Amino acid sequence: MTDFLLIAFVFLVAGVVAVPIATRLGLGSVLGYLIAGIVISPLLTVLGVDVMAIQHLAEFGVVMMLFLVGLELEPRVLWAMRTKLLGLGGLQVAGTTAAVMGIAIALGQPWTIAVAIGFVLALSSTAIVLQTLNEKGLMRSAGGKSSFAVLLFQDIAVIPMLAFIPLLAMPELMDAAQGLASATGHGAEAALAGESHAVDAGEGGGHAGTFSLVAGLNGWQTALMTMGAIGAVILGGAYLTRPVFRFIAAAGLRELFVATALLFVIGIALLMIAVGLSPALGTFLAGVVLANSEYRHELESDIDPFRGLLLGLFFITVGAGIDFALLFDRFGVILALTLGLIGLKFGVLMLLGWLFRLPGGDRWLFSLGLAQAGEFGFVLLSFTVANRVIPQPVADQLLLIVALSMLLTPALFILHEKLVSPRFAKMQERDPDTVDETGDIIIAGHGRFGGIVNRMLRAAGYSTTVLDYNAAQLDLLRAFGFKVFYGDATRPDMLHAAGIDKARLLVVAIDGKEQINAIVHYVRKTYPHVKIVTRAVDRHHVYDLFAAGCTDIVRETFDSSVRTGRTAYEAMGMHPFEAEQLARKFAEDDRHVLQEMAEVFDPDIPTGQNLAYIEKTRTLMEERDAQIFGKSQAFDTQANHGWLPPSSRDTEAVMARHAQQAKSD
Amino acid sequence: MARLIVYYAHPGQRFSRANAAMAKAARSVDRITFVDLYAEYPRHDIDVDREQQRLLDHDVILFQFPLYWYSTPSLLKEWQDLVLQHGFAFGHKGDRLAGKRMMLAVTAGGADDAYTAEGYQNFPLRVFLAPLEQTARLCGMSFTAPYVLYGALGATETDEIPRHSKGFADLLTAIRDDLYDFTSADSREIVRFDDLPVLQRS
Repeated sequence: MTDFLLIAFVFLVAGVVAVPIATRLGLGSVLGYLIAGIVISPLLTVLGVDVMAIQHLAEFGVVMMLFLVGLELEPRVLWAMRTKLLGLGGLQVAGTTAAVMGIAIALGQPWTIAVAIGFVLALSSTAIVLQTLNEKGLMRSAGGKSSFAVLLFQDIAVIPMLAFIPLLAMPELMDAAQGLASATGHGAEAALAGESHAVDAGEGGGHAGTFSLVAGLNGWQTALMTMGAIGAVILGGAYLTRPVFRFIAAAGLRELFVATALLFVIGIALLMIAVGLSPALGTFLAGVVLANSEYRHELESDIDPFRGLLLGLFFITVGAGIDFALLFDRFGVILALTLGLIGLKFGVLMLLGWLFRLPGGDRWLFSLGLAQAGEFGFVLLSFTVANRVIPQPVADQLLLIVALSMLLTPALFILHEKLVSPRFAKMQERDPDTVDETGDIIIAGHGRFGGIVNRMLRAAGYSTTVLDYNAAQLDLLRAFGFKVFYGDATRPDMLHAAGIDKARLLVVAIDGKEQINAIVHYVRKTYPHVKIVTRAVDRHHVYDLFAAGCTDIVRETFDSSVRTGRTAYEAMGMHPFEAEQLARKFAEDDRHVLQEMAEVFDPDIPTGQNLAYIEKTRTLMEERDAQIFGKSQAFDTQANHGWLPPSSRDTEAVMARHAQQAKSD
Repeated sequence: MARLIVYYAHPGQRFSRANAAMAKAARSVDRITFVDLYAEYPRHDIDVDREQQRLLDHDVILFQFPLYWYSTPSLLKEWQDLVLQHGFAFGHKGDRLAGKRMMLAVTAGGADDAYTAEGYQNFPLRVFLAPLEQTARLCGMSFTAPYVLYGALGATETDEIPRHSKGFADLLTAIRDDLYDFTSADSREIVRFDDLPVLQRS
């Protein structure tokens, strides 16, 4: 227990100290974590920590990240990127593998080892690249989208690679592996795949505790099982999650939601491992299926902290895992090979970017960003060693190259940001692909109040993102085709998931003074550029909101009360136009009084001690009393001030002026 | 029998004497349509389709209003802007009102001698009504002499106003019963309560 706490403490301290410093220096969080890992690596050695075991555990962060990426990606968007996914991704993997293989053969490696090295180094780091692109807000640029397509293809490509690697086993090294393959016959491939993904999911050695649904099945049975699992994820995601989440939501406990979301992700990962598929791919698929769900933002904000922590841990272990003894021993060779690898991958990517007509700045972002090797490279490496495809000494050096290239990636992004991006800044501005896809307007609360606002905005062609936490209400709205999401809008992470940082307008339409105040204070302070239109419960609430810096404050029942008063006027026989004018005048007077009161109100001074407020109240009360109890007419109407024909005195004056003019002519 | 609609436009009816009496008299005439525009559209949100249908359903369109700044009160101007659409009232294929009649019933603050070249208004009243006359023409409608009360503010409630409003009721009845002598009216500048061109029932 103390050991566990001590290790957790070391990791947390390293991250908490290093990351803010790195971010402040403009290096990005990934480099911060990597440096933290390097710094604590001697300490971990002293404590006897198995860094690689922790790294396998932390790889689950990648699975969570792909789930979150899937949530952002509606099926129709995924379909739209099929060309990029297959073309760009396929060519990148094939091209880089071939190039690396050629060089390895030229350096004297047998072709089997060369292919395996090609596989290992063709992959890029999904974790680093997506994290960095998200941090820098580049995910929606053309370069970011292309990078994502390639990364997604790579994550899928790992599966056939894992199946293929055992076939490369060198005759003199492969005795054990060969025996296993021939024993299981036709099912060997699937069994190996299942085993390999156990590695992927953090089982360590890859031989212990394998849990498989497809072991011992023949080819078509395996295929059927696999299809069944994918079908289960898609159908379950589409039809089962809603009733489950509604059931959970009814309990009203926040942590239950988090638990359900985790259960969901881990369950899918397990299912995928069991049928020999990549858990990252499975959760990604589940994410895509849920991208249209009203629980999307809730899931996002629940999973996101875990993803962040696990990825951070993963990066720290990458830093800590660097074998410095070997590195310093062969520093020149390894550095040269690493730089060579980055240069090679960069070249292939630039060529592809040109082929697929990526605009200049985006092509550089795409090529520099994906030029490293990735965490799946570690997975493949341990798998190749286990299958005796690559000898241990070569694998150790490759491990260093992969880690070093990942370590250099933040530097490449900085290079892009500081040198390349400014040159293309003007072109980027005109690039239509960088147009933001999220809604400009967030509506918090979709009850009787927010619902009307939403309908009006939608009718005028604005795109809105709606947050509400009444599950029953959401179902009803869904039935009518509204796009609404489940979640408590007063939670900052929820607002963030809904895209508050990119929104132009927030409409606060939730119930309850305190909740409204909380959301308004938070957004005013954290996102001052977002305009706020807010609902106020009563007069006093208007003062609170005004003091918080809101100017567009609408009292929830004021307008309907005024209309009721006007209808009462009409019912008493008043001419409708006069009733309208009186109602307008009343509303104008009332708003004027409210504004004057709001200006003297100070939330920091108790109302009883605010002299200006008391004085203003007194004078306004007198005016009000005169209006209500006075015999005279309460409001002047426009008709009184309207057009009046000139009186006889007026006409005499006009005539006199005419006469004078006539005389002077 | 002519189908007659009276559009009454007055934003300050509580303070009105002449027009209020006229409106009351007009309401007492049956089988004509009487519309208080400010009561129907207190928020100026005119229902264009409905108003166009109303026009199609009638032969004589009569606007009753006090002269405001030598023109109609603002709601009646809004009504013209929206209802007399291109393609409906005028322009290519816009002949739906052709052959109908437009008439005005106007009260003016100034006395009759003010509306002369020598008076303080400098122009005869018909000059100020020319925009409406041309509106009628563009819509293919005939425009007949307006029914006018000068010096409406000083008009006596025991004599002029009752006579003017009774004359208004008689005029409306005559139009309804096809007894209004439009030929005679068309040759005049204005029509007043003491010389209504009404034919005798034969």
